[in-house]
Formats: sequence, structure tokens, C-alpha cells
Amino acid sequence: MKKAFLLFSLVWTALVGAVETGEIRMLLEDLALERVEDQEATLQILADSGDEYVTAFVDAWRVGEIREYEPEGSELILIQAVSGKYVRVATGEVIQISNAVYESLEKNRAPRQLRRLLTRVTDTIGLASKDVNTRVDAALKLGASQDPEYLPELRKRFEVERNGTAKKAFEESIMISLLANAETQEELIEAIARLGELHSIRAKDKILAIVDSAKEAGDEALLAAAQKASQEIADHEELLKHAGSFFRGLSTGSVLLMVSFGLAITFGLMGIINMAHGEFIAIGGYTCFVVQGYFSDWFGEGSAAFQWFFWVSIPVSFLVAGGIGFLLEKGFFRFLYKRPLESLLATWGLSMVMRQAFRLKFGAANVQVANPDLLLGNFEYAGISMSYARLFAIAFAGFVCVLTWLLLTKTNLGLYIRAVMQNRNMASSLGIPVSRVNSMTFAFGCGLAAMAGAVLTQIGNVGPTMGQAYIVDSFMVVVVGGVGNLLGAGISAMGIGVFDQFLQPLLGPVMGKIIVLGVIILFLQWKPGGIFPTKSRSMDD
Amino acid sequence: MKLFDNKIEFGGYLGACVVLLLILPAMNAFFPDGSALHFSSFQLSLWGKYVTYAVMAMSLNLLWGYTGLLCLCQSLFFALGAYAFGMYLMLHIGVDDVYNTALPDFMDFQGYTALPWYWAPFENGAFAIAATMLVPGVLAFVFGFLAFRSRIKGVYFSILTQALTYAASLFFFKNNLDLFGNNFILFGGNNGLTDFKEIFGYDVNAASTQRWIFVMSAILMLVVYLIIAWLLKTKFGKVQQAIRDSENRVRFSGYSTTTYKMLIFVGTSMVAGIAGAFYVPQVGGINANEMTPAKSLDVVVWVALGGRGTKFGPIIGAIVVNIIKSYTTRAYPDSWLIILGAIFMLVVLFMPNGLVGLPKQLAPVLARIRGNNSTSATPAS
Repeated sequence: MKKAFLLFSLVWTALVGAVETGEIRMLLEDLALERVEDQEATLQILADSGDEYVTAFVDAWRVGEIREYEPEGSELILIQAVSGKYVRVATGEVIQISNAVYESLEKNRAPRQLRRLLTRVTDTIGLASKDVNTRVDAALKLGASQDPEYLPELRKRFEVERNGTAKKAFEESIMISLLANAETQEELIEAIARLGELHSIRAKDKILAIVDSAKEAGDEALLAAAQKASQEIADHEELLKHAGSFFRGLSTGSVLLMVSFGLAITFGLMGIINMAHGEFIAIGGYTCFVVQGYFSDWFGEGSAAFQWFFWVSIPVSFLVAGGIGFLLEKGFFRFLYKRPLESLLATWGLSMVMRQAFRLKFGAANVQVANPDLLLGNFEYAGISMSYARLFAIAFAGFVCVLTWLLLTKTNLGLYIRAVMQNRNMASSLGIPVSRVNSMTFAFGCGLAAMAGAVLTQIGNVGPTMGQAYIVDSFMVVVVGGVGNLLGAGISAMGIGVFDQFLQPLLGPVMGKIIVLGVIILFLQWKPGGIFPTKSRSMDD
Repeated sequence: MKLFDNKIEFGGYLGACVVLLLILPAMNAFFPDGSALHFSSFQLSLWGKYVTYAVMAMSLNLLWGYTGLLCLCQSLFFALGAYAFGMYLMLHIGVDDVYNTALPDFMDFQGYTALPWYWAPFENGAFAIAATMLVPGVLAFVFGFLAFRSRIKGVYFSILTQALTYAASLFFFKNNLDLFGNNFILFGGNNGLTDFKEIFGYDVNAASTQRWIFVMSAILMLVVYLIIAWLLKTKFGKVQQAIRDSENRVRFSGYSTTTYKMLIFVGTSMVAGIAGAFYVPQVGGINANEMTPAKSLDVVVWVALGGRGTKFGPIIGAIVVNIIKSYTTRAYPDSWLIILGAIFMLVVLFMPNGLVGLPKQLAPVLARIRGNNSTSATPAS
């Protein structure tokens, strides 16, 4: 009576929806002890459940860790050894028996036929998993095996699948499997054509093999189909490569943008070429490193609070670099206003001193900054994999753009900054505190560079010369964008970043850089003042 | 036409002639090792290096101090000249006893059996010497044409020349270049060119050869000095200085400032190239480190410290900075960059006319201190 009810309830739940793990366990025990009436139906329920326990059970079964036990006054039950404890298969409850007793128990051995069927179920059980990624992985694995036994199961799952990603993976697997198992020539050609449409990179080698064999056999129709499909796949691969380059270019450009905003502001506002700007990037990087040290002292590296160090160090690096920039402006840069050539030299000297100071304090080698868990791994979209760290860099650059825009257009300081940029003397005589505006703006620019440095810790190295790698590029950005023009700086940062990343795979990093420089020089032939030249009526001598 | 402005300058020039051409070589040649008056061969080639640096500084001074173009690729031109001559020296090392070929060793490592076409002509000494001037000259011509034509000037010119130097140093740091499926071997990568044996048939490391090269470097410096002194007195030199002071006025007066700037730029690049050629045999090698943007900025600080826009300044600056460098990199290796950086900052902030201009700059202050000892000497400005 009890069993009949159980079976009924199982069939019912199978019809309505998912089966609970508890019921699966019960069903497995009954199946192994040959207590079920309709074996086939039970197996189907197991296969449809997609439950991971089925696989675990079959694995344990195979190595003889499922034993039969008959407690006094009870029916026969199955016991599984799970990490030193003994667990009843049907319920998952711990059974108190000694090791010696367990060792003396008889191993459960099901008939060979059942065993074969169950193994088949576990092979395809991933297809019914609740987790989309597991379903996709299982389907692709089965497809790659090209075993005709799995075809019916794959087809069945393909019909009922609702999730788009998984449905595509199922179809791809079916077609890959068909490459080896097609019954007719038409079916094969259709599978090849479909794989081409699906841009299946996994099928590329197999289709290329078909191209070769079709050439040998002189099969024109097959050859044409296979060639067309492999071409489609190759085109798609190329597209993915370009999309990847574009993405990397955007993220490089984002860092350049944050760095060159500071440069553009200081140059536009004060006529200073700040060669030490790169060192403020390094200040950001090292601030991250120091904050990380404090967090690991306070909370320990494994703790959840440690994960917060990176998010804390971004504003901290802004404040630290801003403070240092403020002091340097008061004590040093102030004397260099409107003397661009001299400022270039003096700030280069400052840059040398700062680099050496980093080296003495933190050592000449790069220091390690950890990635917070949130920024680990990749985000996949349409086959393009994008690392979270780089995505964050792009998003953060967007945030910096908005922040700068708000500062310049919505605050009093921004109004002053624009006034001083346009005409320093006039602004001063109208009562704008020019020297304070200078200090604040300079500090802001340094803070932006340091935040770029903090972001860079996630996608690059932190070392005493980390700023040097960006400084030449960011000067290019400022020149191309038009001096003191933030929109121009933004456009040219993205342009140079993307262009650079596109050339690198084609020509290598060095030739890529050289070509970029050449193009910039040629661009300046066409627009000597950059994308947005400063409009002025004054002669500049 | 008088080349020298005053007696001090003339005296200084004569003094330099005597010391560099007679006294130092004689102390090296005629006094035995260990004698108090002996000037060692190591010291002599060290000073030879300073002299070639001084020539490079003079060429930059002509551009920056007298034409107002702060060029950050002087070290690139210098290194290109050095590479051109280094290639000649490299091809006359003789047969390698490991590989049994006369090829440079880095070509042997990579399995090359014949010289690539762009290396082959440098076996010829005359071609190599011509190339020390022509290679920098042609590069300067192309770059200068593009830059001056679109009226890139001031800081933009500096930034672009810096980027050019950066790109070139990246190129020279590479061992090979893969371009559209062809592999080109370059110029020795990180190690550059070194281990020279022979120069025009003489042993390059022999004391007498080194002495002659030193004397010739000194002659180069003294001749370049005379040429610059002469040039500044000509109409060409006057226009050049006018461009520095107000380029637009010169252009409005009907002069093609582009042509003037082109000529100066190409000319100084060639001078730097020759200086590089003299540098190589005395130092015994050249690598891409010599052409990085940082080195270019070093040259600028030599000129700034000595006094830009003065004829003697760059020579004094180059020698003083390099003596300090030789001393501190040995005595306090950690603080060298800090000292150099501090020199940069202090010179720009407090010594706009450099060491040469210091007496003049201090004269009013000194006069005031002497004049009214009783009152405290507060600076007027």
C-alpha cells in the first residue's frame, strides 16, 4: 500500500514538476533493492529529475560503498558511507553503527541490466539539471563524444528545453553528433549547414575533417556545404576576435581617459605639462597596496571584510593623491604657471624623485594587490568573454566622466575653473580666488590619476614605474583631443585605446605603438590643434 | 668677423684646447702607471664619453637655447649615430670561435647564415660614417617636415618628439621584427652592440687607439663650438634667435620660419649622430637604453644646468652632471635619481640662466649685501 502510494506520488510529481531530492533517494533505494514495479518508469523519473544525488549514488554503488543492512524489526535498507558516517540512502538520516558492523555488511549488487540502465541515466542526467550551465556543459560533452546512444535523449531534451542558451547548446550537440551518426547524406549536409549557421566553433575541426574527406571522395555537394559552413565559422571567430580587441581597447582607453582628464585640466588651466602625473597613478596603486595591508592586519585575509579593501582604497587613493597634489601645488607647481617648457623639466625632476622614493619605500619589484572576489572571473556574452575587472574599469571611467562633468558644470568651483581657463586675469579681477581654484583643480586632477591607478591594480602591475607606461600615451591623448578639452580627451582616449588594441594582434605591441604614433603625427597634419582646438583670438607669442 | 664675444670666452676656449688636446693625452701617454701625473686610460675614455655628451648637449642647445624648440629626441639621434657606427664595428669583430662565422653573435644564436641586406653596407667604413649623419638626418627631415609644416611647436613639439623617442626605443629593444610574415633580425635587442675588436684596422681597446679617439672627440667638440659661434653671428643665426623670441613676427616679416627650423633641426640631428659615433668606441657598446625618453630629458637638464642659450653652458652642464653622476652612482647608488631630480627642479625654479648665468644673477644680490651691510638684504621681488 505504502509503495503504491509512493509510486503514485512520484509519477504525479513527475507530471506536474520537479521531484524533491528526498523522494529521489527513496526511489533509488527501492530501485536498487528491486522493490519497484515499473522499472522503466522509475528510471525515466530519475533521468527527468536531473538530481545530482543520482550520480553520487551510482558512483558510490560502483565502488561498493552501498551496503545492505537489516535493523532489528525493520525491513532491509541501504546504507552509504559518507565522510566517515553512515547514512541511509532513502532518507539521508545517519544510522549509528560501528565500522566493524559496516565492514561486515554485504555490498548491494544490482543485476547487470539495471546497472547499465542506471549508468546511462547518470550520463545524461546533467541534461535535466536545474542549473543552466550544467545542462549546457552536459549537452556539449555528450555532443562531442558523438555517441549515437545519446542522440534520442538529446533530441528529447531539445524539444522540451525553454532556456535559449541551453536550447542552442542542445541543438549544437545534436548536430555535432550527427556529423558522425547521420543516416543519410541529406541529413549530414543539413547538420553541417546548421552548424555553420550556429557558428559552432567546437565543430570547426570536425567540419574541416569532412572537407578533407569530401575532397578525397569527390563528393561535390558535401564539399560545398562543409566549405560554406567552415567559412561561416571562421568569419564568426574573426568577429569574436575583433570584439575582444574592441573590449580590451575600451578598457585600456578608460584608464587613459581617467589619467588624461587630470592632465588636460592642469594643462588647460595652468599651462603646466605635468610629467609627474604618472607618479600619481603609482600613488593610487600603492595606496591600494597599503590599504590591503591594513585590512589583512585588522580582519585577516580570509575574512569577508577583507574583500572590502579595494572599494575602500579607491576613495582613499583619491584623497591621498589629492592631498599630496594640493601640497605640491602650493609649494612647487605654483611657480611654474604659464611656463610649459620649464614645467615639463621641473616636473620630470619631481617624477624621478617620486619614482625613487617609491623604490626605496616599497622595493624595486612589483607588489601584489589581490582581486576582490567580485572582480574575479569573466562575463560571457555572445561568445565574447569579458573580465569583470576590465568591465569595472570601463564603468568606473564612465563614473569619473559624470563626476567631472558635474563638477565643472554644477558647482561653483567648476564655474570658477571654467572662468580661470578662459581668462585668468579677468577672472581674478572679478574676485574669483584664482590661487585656491588652482590648488583645488590640481588636487582633483591628481586624485583622478590615483583612482585610475587603483583601478589599474586589478588589470595591471603595481610597481615604481607603473605610471611611466601610461604617461606618453596620455600626453598623446591630450594633444590629439585638443588642449584642455575634456570631451576631446575622452574621445581620443577611447580612440587611441581601441586602435592600439586592434593593431597589437596584427603587428605585435611594438609595431602597434609605432604605427599609432605615426597615425597621430599624420592626424595632426590634418588637425594641428587636435579634435577640438582651443579657439582664441590672441597670437601666442 | 670675431667669433668670440669677449676675452674670457676666448681664454676659456684656448684653455680647453690645451687641456683636452695636449695635457690630458700627454699625461696618459708619457707618465707611467702609478705616477701622480698619470691619467689612466679608463679616465681618458670616461672623459671622452663626457666630451661626446657635451657635443650632444651643444646640438640640443642650438635647438632649444637658440631656436626655442625643446626637442626630446636628441638622445635618439645620438643613439642612431652610435648604432650606425656600432654596426660597422660589429661587423669587424672577426670570426667567432664558437660558430665560426663572421656574423654578429646574436645573428648566430638565431640561426642566420648571411647578413640581411640592411646590415650588409655597414661593413664599409665610409658608408658607416656617412650613415652616422644621414640616418639621423633623414629621420629628422621627415619628422621635422611633418611637424613644422603643420606648425606644431612649443610643448606639442616636445611631446611628439618624446613619443618618437619612446617608439624608437621600443623598436630597438626588440630582437626581431615579424612583419607580414617576414622575419627581420634587428640590432641586438636589450644587449645592443658590444664586444668590439677592431676599428679601421687598429685594436679598438689599445691605449693608443683610445687616446686618438679621445683627441678626435675633443677636436669634434672644439670644431662644433666654432661652427656654432660662427653661425650665431651670421644672418641665419640672427633669424634663428628671432624665431625663438617671436616666431610670428619673423614669419610676418617674410621669412619662412619652417625652412629655418628644418635646417636647424636636421643639422643638429647630424651633429648628435656624429657625437654618437665617437661615443661607441670609447664606451665599448651601445644599446637601446641610450635612446629612451629619460635619456633625452637628461640631456635637457645638462643644458639647463649649464645655461641654455649660452655657448659654453651645455659643455659645462654635461660634464658637471656626469661627474656628479659617476661619483654618486658609486658612493650613494640609491640617491642618484633623487639628486638628479632635485637638480632638475632647483635649476628650473631658481637658476633660469644656469651655472654660466649664475654670476650675473647673483651680482645684484652681492652688490646689495656689500653696499648696505647694515640693513638686512631682503630680495626685492
